[in-house]
Amino acid sequence: MSTMKFTEEHEWIKVDGDTGTVGITAYAQEQLGDVVYVELPAVGKQVEKGKEMAVVESVKAASEVFAPVTGSIAAANDKLTAEPATVNQDPLGAGWFVKIKLSKPDELNGLMDEAAYQKFVEGLH
Amino acid sequence: MVPFAGYDMPVQYPTGILTEHLHTRAGAGLFDVSHMGQIRLTGKPGQSPARAIEALVPADIQGLAPGQMRYTQFTDENGGILDDLMIANTGDHLMLVVNAAGKEADAAHLRRHLSASCEIEELSTRALIALQGPKAAEVLGRLAPPCRAMPFMSAAFLAVDGVACYVTRSGYTGEDGYEVSMPGHEADRLTRRLLAEPEVKPIGLGARDSLRLEAGLCLHGNDIDRTTTPVEAALTWSIGKRRRSEGGFIGADVIRRQLAEGTARRLVGIRPEGRAPVRAHAEIQDLSGRRIGEITSGGFGPTANAPVAMGYVATASAAAGTRLQVVVRDKPLPAGIVKMPFVPHRYYRG
Repeated sequence: MSTMKFTEEHEWIKVDGDTGTVGITAYAQEQLGDVVYVELPAVGKQVEKGKEMAVVESVKAASEVFAPVTGSIAAANDKLTAEPATVNQDPLGAGWFVKIKLSKPDELNGLMDEAAYQKFVEGLH
Repeated sequence: MVPFAGYDMPVQYPTGILTEHLHTRAGAGLFDVSHMGQIRLTGKPGQSPARAIEALVPADIQGLAPGQMRYTQFTDENGGILDDLMIANTGDHLMLVVNAAGKEADAAHLRRHLSASCEIEELSTRALIALQGPKAAEVLGRLAPPCRAMPFMSAAFLAVDGVACYVTRSGYTGEDGYEVSMPGHEADRLTRRLLAEPEVKPIGLGARDSLRLEAGLCLHGNDIDRTTTPVEAALTWSIGKRRRSEGGFIGADVIRRQLAEGTARRLVGIRPEGRAPVRAHAEIQDLSGRRIGEITSGGFGPTANAPVAMGYVATASAAAGTRLQVVVRDKPLPAGIVKMPFVPHRYYRG
């Protein structure tokens, strides 16, 4: 099972076993514009659902990226440090930010599925 | 679209700030800057508008030959900067271009001080279009051939595609280019005509800001305001030699004293060493962590391909090459003071 779940802060998470890959949505990258800098947490760091986990900066502004679930950082996508524009080019794929080892898998139940997120984004306009 | 000084302005067009910025440095970018204030100053019989306005600005305006223009500031009694502006001598009057946010206050300031000697007209029905970049001369030259020979900071009345315009070879990007003042009712057609040229793309506020920052040009409200003087802001080059010795403008006592004795702080260019952009209001520290100033403008420079910033630091720490740190998200990041501009100016000197 590896369906994508979404937060109201425009992060996505795709869970495989006990680890979830996390990034920002296509809508989020579009709103940010050209990404020029990404700051990622260190591997091993504990992150808490809803708390700041990473920073993404576009030419326009700096934005926080929040952890969609509680857990520890299992991997960080170092490619984004050298090529931050990957976030714009492939936000749901190569532009992933981190992998989180979930400590509270039940938190996933509170996130939106793709259809619900699409509806949420439409409601923002 | 965002609200800006009472206008709805585009931050970016669909290609985005980065592409717009790089396009302006490679081709020609078109900026609708009609929100800026255009003011005509004409001397009443027997009066010189150049002599009159020198009471309000530190630049040498009487020394401005017809067809020339100059950058300057309206100063207050403390030497603070009320607004910054361009002044052109058209021969029989002066043309001023002021910032959008300050244009009403500027007009009131002019009326308060110059009503006895000058007619002050706010040209609010005129549009202003800036065309900036290395292809600007080629493009505008197709519609107004004489513009090609104009040197940087010159001004002329020219027909552009048959429309009577007032053209200056100036801008605020560090690139060669023009600002074209035109009747408002011609603006839509003439702007579309320029945009139809293959080298031209429309540019929004976002790239306007990153371009001027890379060019080391101050933005009023960020880098300069009533709490900063032209000397602190490293704009002494814009203060006329004769004006330094004669004074005779508002705040002259403060500014002349600062020219003679120096200031406690100075605006400098700052280059963060890493990739993280440093933005306005970030604290600047010396290497021991002591606060020495604050960033006033900062972001990512697409042409510099690096973060660039400017800010005020204690004069003792203001020399180029000085290493310091800037605080971003509670972390001190290494940075250094560099000479501005971050990207060389490419003005056309003729």
